[in-house]
Amino acid sequence: MKKNSPIIEIRELEARYGEMTVLSDINVDIYPEEITVILGGSGCGKTTLLKNILRLYEPYSGSVKFFGDDILDMDEGEFREVLKRTGMLFQNGALLNSISVYDNISIPLEMHTQLPRKVIDKMIRVKLSLVGLSEAIYKLPSELSGGMKKRAALARALALDPHLLFCDEPSAGLDPITSAALDELILDLKTQLKMSIVIVTHELASIHRIADKIIFLDAGKMLFNGSLDDAKRAGIPEIDRFFKVGKF
Amino acid sequence: MQLKVINQVLTLEGELTKITVPSLYKELKKALKEEAVTMIDLGKVSTIDSAGVAFLDEIQEIISGKSEILLFKGAKPELQAVIDTFSTIKLKSSAPTSGKGYFESLGEMSLDFGKGLAEAILLSSDIFYYSLLGLISRKGQRKGSLTQQATLLGSQALPIVALLSFIIGLILALQSGVLLKDFGAGVFLADLLSVTMVREMGPLITAIIVAGRSGSAIASEIATMQVTEEIDALKMMALNPIRYVVVPKFHAITIVMPILVAFSILVSEIGGGIIAIGLLDIAPETFLSRSINILTVKDIIISFGKSIWFAWVIVIIGSYYGFRVKGGAEGVGKATTSSVVTSIFAVIFFDAIFSLLYL
Repeated sequence: MKKNSPIIEIRELEARYGEMTVLSDINVDIYPEEITVILGGSGCGKTTLLKNILRLYEPYSGSVKFFGDDILDMDEGEFREVLKRTGMLFQNGALLNSISVYDNISIPLEMHTQLPRKVIDKMIRVKLSLVGLSEAIYKLPSELSGGMKKRAALARALALDPHLLFCDEPSAGLDPITSAALDELILDLKTQLKMSIVIVTHELASIHRIADKIIFLDAGKMLFNGSLDDAKRAGIPEIDRFFKVGKF
Repeated sequence: MQLKVINQVLTLEGELTKITVPSLYKELKKALKEEAVTMIDLGKVSTIDSAGVAFLDEIQEIISGKSEILLFKGAKPELQAVIDTFSTIKLKSSAPTSGKGYFESLGEMSLDFGKGLAEAILLSSDIFYYSLLGLISRKGQRKGSLTQQATLLGSQALPIVALLSFIIGLILALQSGVLLKDFGAGVFLADLLSVTMVREMGPLITAIIVAGRSGSAIASEIATMQVTEEIDALKMMALNPIRYVVVPKFHAITIVMPILVAFSILVSEIGGGIIAIGLLDIAPETFLSRSINILTVKDIIISFGKSIWFAWVIVIIGSYYGFRVKGGAEGVGKATTSSVVTSIFAVIFFDAIFSLLYL
């Protein structure tokens, strides 16, 4: 895939909960080696958009192309191959609580590769070291703080060296220092590992630190898609209010 | 607090709070029957809270219906501020005042039932498909998960199965033994106990214990994984949640359930044997030989066939409620309760079917 062609193309996406339309007319392109931030107020459909892009909820209509292929037309096996190139950091980590951090990270490696145990072991350790969590390798998720859980979950999301990383509210519930450290880590992933990253957040500090591009949602509609500076200059009242209240 | 109606003006005096409103409400009804009210005078009200404001709104609604023209007068500024804060009259939209109608609820329940049934059938077919696939290839399952589940669902249930089976064997022998002895047929206790426990009570008791113990554990584990997004995380790791979470449980329970049933039958025979030998003076070797000789191969096949069927029903129902959980902790609790109730009902229902089919 060429560097200037989109890695994800979303066209006319519509999502519903039962009879209620929660997202409509969403058209987005996500490019390689960019951090795209989906933002908007609470309940505007950010997480729903993310989960529809990833088929965790089935979209009502529209198309979602990953690496040029429409994932909505794919069978389970084909989509599984796409997922192996994709990592996801959930809002609360979503680590499997009954097993240790080490085992959590080993799952994708054991299930999707034939790598020798010793290689897997080294990969787990390096991913944990990357997120600064080496000391918690054998701990259970219940023994970790909120920030540590997120970092462990990020290590798991990176286990298979994905091209694409999705993060749902990575900074939510974290103190400003931990949040900034996580942002630094995400920036490193983009620059050093050439990853494309899609982040759902409404944390303005984070947005200013990491966003290459923003997608602004309001009441299920996409109001803006472009750079942060352009968003501020666009003169859209909802966006202006969002940034004004956030004191930026 | 006083309430008076003079020349169609309702005058309230004193405190208008949650303490005084109940008695005022009764007085108001009486007063309104005697004379119509067109205005409410609040000049002599000293204090008001949200209950008082709701009371005023109620009077306003009784007098003028849904009109937004306020009929209050004379409220002090500090009272007016409280009224403005708590008044419901000028709310743009109020919450629905009544629930769904009977037929609407009935229709919705029927649709939900149909949808639920379709989901259950789909889930069952997925579970059977991936369980069969799991016999050929262990891909998509964690190493050691079968052993872990067999321990959780099977060996850890042994003590409670043993205790209850022993007590039931003892009671069954005691109740029927005394009666049989009166007819001089005490020796047949061994036959009765053996047939009852093997064909009916052994599989049934074990299934009910497993439904209560392991069925609830299955439902709550999956439901918790669902609400904490662990199931979504598995999907994102390109893993099939049914293969990863349910199949090891399905395989494990298929193996351990017949063992638990056999154990239950054995222990209940020991309980019954104590009564037979101790109370009815039946020789141990007679009890043993009669207990074994009365059984046929068909009895054994039915017993274990039933137990495996019950095991599958418990896993499927537990998984079904686990996967369709909604909400947080409350949803997990509801899923667990529904799973146990439905599993026990289903086990007894299928037991009745088996009894009718294989008398």
